[in-house]
Amino acid sequence: MNLTSEEKEMLSGKQGKAVKKSMEILVALGEIYGAKRMVEAKSVQIAGVSYHNLGDAGLEFLEEMGQDGKVKVLTTLNPAGMDLEEWQKLGIDSGFAEKQMKVIDAFSRMGVTITCTCTPYLIGNLPRFGEHIAWSESSAVCFANSVIGAITNREGGPSSIASALTGKTPEYGMHLEKNRQAQVRVLVKAKIDSVPKFGAMGRVIGEKIGNKIPLIEGIQSASLEELKSLSAAIATYGGTAMFHMKGITPAKTAVPKKSISIGEKDIAEALGKFDCAEEIDFVGIGCPHASINEMQKIAELLKGKKVKKEVWVCTARQTKQLADKMGYSKAIEDAGAKIACDTCMAVAPIKGRFKGMITDSAKACYYAAGHNGIKTRIRTVEECVEEAMK
Amino acid sequence: MKLKGRTIYAGKAEGEALVSKDPLSFYGGVDLEKGIVVEKGHCLEGKSIAGKVLVFPNGKGSTVGSYAIYRLKKAGKAPAAIVNKECETIVAVGAIISEIPCVDRIDIAKIKDCVKVKVDAGKGEVEI
Repeated sequence: MNLTSEEKEMLSGKQGKAVKKSMEILVALGEIYGAKRMVEAKSVQIAGVSYHNLGDAGLEFLEEMGQDGKVKVLTTLNPAGMDLEEWQKLGIDSGFAEKQMKVIDAFSRMGVTITCTCTPYLIGNLPRFGEHIAWSESSAVCFANSVIGAITNREGGPSSIASALTGKTPEYGMHLEKNRQAQVRVLVKAKIDSVPKFGAMGRVIGEKIGNKIPLIEGIQSASLEELKSLSAAIATYGGTAMFHMKGITPAKTAVPKKSISIGEKDIAEALGKFDCAEEIDFVGIGCPHASINEMQKIAELLKGKKVKKEVWVCTARQTKQLADKMGYSKAIEDAGAKIACDTCMAVAPIKGRFKGMITDSAKACYYAAGHNGIKTRIRTVEECVEEAMK
Repeated sequence: MKLKGRTIYAGKAEGEALVSKDPLSFYGGVDLEKGIVVEKGHCLEGKSIAGKVLVFPNGKGSTVGSYAIYRLKKAGKAPAAIVNKECETIVAVGAIISEIPCVDRIDIAKIKDCVKVKVDAGKGEVEI
């Protein structure tokens, strides 16, 4: 790779050990994937925050990097393994909480903005169209590339930290315009009009075309929440970093020759595959984290009612603070539901605690089944709330 | 015989080769306290990777695998060096943060199990 004098200095160790290690990571990745140079990364989102996933080794690495590493650009965090303030209410044990706080302390020392959300774009880490960034968290990567039109590869935990501490990312993959073009045309001949259906469509497309970039046609309208759900599902089930949606997403693309169709039958089949739970004892909403719009809706549905099951509404702390102010949090909590900030059902250590989960999220279904052995059912948020009261 | 490849992380190491024809997942596929491959049906299942020159085509699985390599190193159970056919993000980042000599683009079919090999990763060389 061609490095600037500044980048060479970082690699030499003159800017400290953490910067040296970071540059070594970025140069190695650049060499492996054929990058010619580094580009400036204007924003970073770090995944690998839950102690559940990091373990002691990850924690030790973060503490080492935190000794002399400081972030050079706006950097936010993915969900942690617990609510950082009210972890007891979610049934987290104190040993786990202590380790999780050490992880957060290490990030704080690096100057990371402690947010702990998979939707950084909803709470102030919002890159602009065409801006190079280095994000991990597959749903946020897909949302950023597709809906916002910012430019990022699917980074891992360590490589996103490396970009945060250097402000650089190697120019390969999604950073090159030729790799951002649609590869398969997806003609949707089904009515996609709810969050679960957008999730199911994401699963169908992901399973059919894998990590290729689709140009989705036939969708008349899509809300922020629906696009957030689609981004999560298509990345989870297929591994793509981006999609185009005709009339909805901002980036230009040529129309690919190869095309596939998706009909009502495909969507119904996908919805059916999520439905394997006979008994529901857990209601999980907010994957990806609930927007303020969703918080308002849930509050309206729960106002003056009582839930009979364990209900988690997962959201960013900043969104909850606004919900507190608006009275939404009170309505939700008075009904007996829990608002879980900084975390979610995919990264919290909930294995063995629940048998069946109802959710509006396709991604939550994948992680509940895979990581935590929980059976799932997918419905609209209205139906989830109804089930909670049974 | 000298095989020539590409530097992923510089450093020198010497040891017995442990050769896998299957890709390897460090997160979930290896017992991180004991350094033993535990993935069911893997051609190295039950074998210790500690102190070996670990030869495999490429990494697979979760990106948390990089931290798993680091944990092996801290437990004293890491391989002495890593030799890949085609290195990818997980193994490359794991080798760098754990400071394990690592080379790739090596014709790994030429390396036989249990032979003594010398790795000079800085030069991208594996000597059998």
